[in-house]
Amino acid sequence: MISNDQFRQRLAELFRSQNLATLATHNDGQPYASLVAFHASEDLKHICFVTPTTTRKFANLTSDNRVAVMVNSSTNQASDFHRAISVTAIGRAEVVDGSDSETILVQYLAKHPHLEEFVRSPSCALVQVAVDSYYMVKNFQNVMELHLEP
Amino acid sequence: MNWILSTEEIQSGDRNRVGGKGYALSLLVKNGFRIPRTVCITSDAYHEFVLRTGLRERILLELHRKDFKEMRWEEIWDCATRIRNMFLTKTLPDDLAQEIRTAIGDRFRDKSVAVRSSAPEEDDAQSSFAGLHESYINVTGVESILKHIRLVWASLWSDAALLYRQEIGLDVEKSSMAVVVQETVVGDRSGVVFTQNPNDENQGIIESVYGLNQGLVDGTVEPDRWIMDRDRNTIVTHTPPERKYWIIPGPNGVRLAELPAEKSAHAPLKPRDVGLVFKTARQAEESFKMPQDVEWTYDGDSLVLLQSRPITTLRSDKPDDERGWYLSLHRSFDNLKNLRRKIEDELIPGMIAVAESLSAIDPAGLPDEDLAAEIRKRWEINHKWVNIYWADFIPYAHGVRMFGQVYNDAVQPDDPYEFIDLLTNTDMASIARNNMLMDLAGMIRNDQDLAESLKQGDDSGLDDKFRSLTDEFIGKFGDLSCAVTGGKNCVLGTGPLYRLLLEMAKHPSPAGSDKKVHRIDRLHQTYINSFDDDQKVWAEELLELARSSYQLRDDDNIYLGRIEAQLLTAVQEAKRRLEEHSGEQAPKILKQVLEEVDFGSISPKSTPAATASGDKLQARQLLGQPAGPGIAKGRARVIRKHSDLADFKYGEVLVCDAVDPNITFVVPLATAVVERRGGMLIHGAIIAREYGLPCITGIPDATTLIETGDQVTVDGYLGIVTIGDTVL
Repeated sequence: MISNDQFRQRLAELFRSQNLATLATHNDGQPYASLVAFHASEDLKHICFVTPTTTRKFANLTSDNRVAVMVNSSTNQASDFHRAISVTAIGRAEVVDGSDSETILVQYLAKHPHLEEFVRSPSCALVQVAVDSYYMVKNFQNVMELHLEP
Repeated sequence: MNWILSTEEIQSGDRNRVGGKGYALSLLVKNGFRIPRTVCITSDAYHEFVLRTGLRERILLELHRKDFKEMRWEEIWDCATRIRNMFLTKTLPDDLAQEIRTAIGDRFRDKSVAVRSSAPEEDDAQSSFAGLHESYINVTGVESILKHIRLVWASLWSDAALLYRQEIGLDVEKSSMAVVVQETVVGDRSGVVFTQNPNDENQGIIESVYGLNQGLVDGTVEPDRWIMDRDRNTIVTHTPPERKYWIIPGPNGVRLAELPAEKSAHAPLKPRDVGLVFKTARQAEESFKMPQDVEWTYDGDSLVLLQSRPITTLRSDKPDDERGWYLSLHRSFDNLKNLRRKIEDELIPGMIAVAESLSAIDPAGLPDEDLAAEIRKRWEINHKWVNIYWADFIPYAHGVRMFGQVYNDAVQPDDPYEFIDLLTNTDMASIARNNMLMDLAGMIRNDQDLAESLKQGDDSGLDDKFRSLTDEFIGKFGDLSCAVTGGKNCVLGTGPLYRLLLEMAKHPSPAGSDKKVHRIDRLHQTYINSFDDDQKVWAEELLELARSSYQLRDDDNIYLGRIEAQLLTAVQEAKRRLEEHSGEQAPKILKQVLEEVDFGSISPKSTPAATASGDKLQARQLLGQPAGPGIAKGRARVIRKHSDLADFKYGEVLVCDAVDPNITFVVPLATAVVERRGGMLIHGAIIAREYGLPCITGIPDATTLIETGDQVTVDGYLGIVTIGDTVL
């Protein structure tokens, strides 16, 4: 049986290997999905991304901060069905600014150095999702969930 | 892409595309040896087939359902069966089929051929795992040859190959299979040559039989044996056997027949032939530059080589390696027929008689010393029958598998387990037992007073009819307080039985297994009609054998359980006495015998340590093997010890490590069955099918990840258990 630590290790490995995540928000009940360049904190409690404040996703998450983020290792091959791992995190999104944002941005840019200019733009915001739980799907239909300590 | 190559066309770079067997045959041709007309279906054709039909990914999904290390042999067999059925039911893409049809039609027309596996991994000098893949002999007609090519491809994933996957380097992503199609030469004398004797490098060995080689290869026909001097090409010794049988072409491939008297008087080879056979094999050895194992046959007076491969030493499994034993469970039809006679005429009556004779002695009436002797005696008897169970009953269960394979080959159904429906509807002992329970529950349902006195635990108020039926039940099946496995943990008395009956009485009796007689008749007709007239009798015989094998798979445990119950009764009596006179007073002799038979103490099972962190890891969906179709939802009842069964409530989902027939009595109350142990033919799956319940087997951590009281949904179509609420 998989242990807590093994589960966390698998999450960390997946987050290291992937650059992009799918973010789900909604506008008055209408779901909306978008692609974001993400970074996960070492303790796995937070997932962050940077977005222009003019976007639909930003409008949606500021009016309701409940979001889902999906990261997966699929490669657009038939073999994904037995090989890919997919993780969905659910939690609450909040905008981070001031000195708090600096430490996070250093780590974020270490993973996505080519986004330097984008990140520094005054029209962008750093968004951090505080994760409640993770749902991991592997072997096509095996699902385990990890509920983080509040 | 070259999908088909004749032996003359094969070049030195083609080894991986035609496999070891195909390549060796092409070298024989080049070196001037006579071989039967042969073509190779290359591994390119295999790749083409699995890519274009989507089978490639389906195989990968099948093999990645769970970790191989967690798979039991039965599950590996199931896995191989499902893959085999994919190959059987998927037709070849038109252009590929057309090309093979033309090549085969041109060369063989309506001649009989052998369709043999030629895996690129097989037959390497360092590999001693030949025979893990299938070969078929005496196949006639283009369509039949095409079907057998698919079967040989499927055998890349045979249970044997999967068991030895590491040794043969089976790679689920890359491995492929070439096929050799070779005209049958109906030789009247055949054999093998080892150009070098593994025990003496100056010698070689020739073995020869009348008829075809198969009897020699699988050991059913004893050969004449010559030890040869390698350098002088002379006979050192000749050992003739008692020549009784030979293998000749028959309706279902080949058949074993009695050897005509005029042949049995003489060795199949004259001394001159012996010399020629050995000389030819030595020439092959020179071509291949290493000692060879050559198969040959005489077509009239002309010597024909069938195949040549490097000599491989027999693999010797390590003592704790059980794979060789698993593979030994593949039995021949004749072997199973003999086993059936032994089991039905000898072993089952023997078990019943032993249980009866033991039950005539009441342990409560024996003085301590005699009780100790009685326990020892019962332990020995029980031990003896457990050994017989492993030696004879478990191999007999292969009758079901053999039938399954024949059925799938003949009918090619979409569901590879359709054949099980033809085997149910037999009078299983566990069903008879459950029906008796239903009758008892029915009496309680109709009798308020009876129900009340049982609730109070008041034995005195029971009416005679109920009491005598209960006694009869206990006499036959025990009081359900002990399981065969883990039976050291007994609850004394009839309490659990009454509790279970009261629960059953609260609800209407289940409809039971709806014996879909029409469907079974139809399946039976389809099965029989798919055989030629001369094979129909054999097909019926095999079905009959499979039915008996299926029924025994369940019944044998019940009979064994009766013997073990007698041992347990005596053990319980001893334990009772030890509790009554604890300390100094305790009868030493009883204490000693309990320790001897390993009933002395019960070590508590360790529970996994709780993790320090406040995070909560839980399962949402668990993937197992779909073993009974249907979908159902209910509260889980996780059986961790036998006494948990007594709490079983109507409508719950039975979640357990392994259902054995002695605990299937709660199944009529259950709404679905989930089992840690995997397999389609295990008791849990069989009994669930009998009651028409959704069933999933082979979920490694079922009893730890699921808790009693969890809401679970059992999807028996896909093999998925979902924990927590679902919309259904």
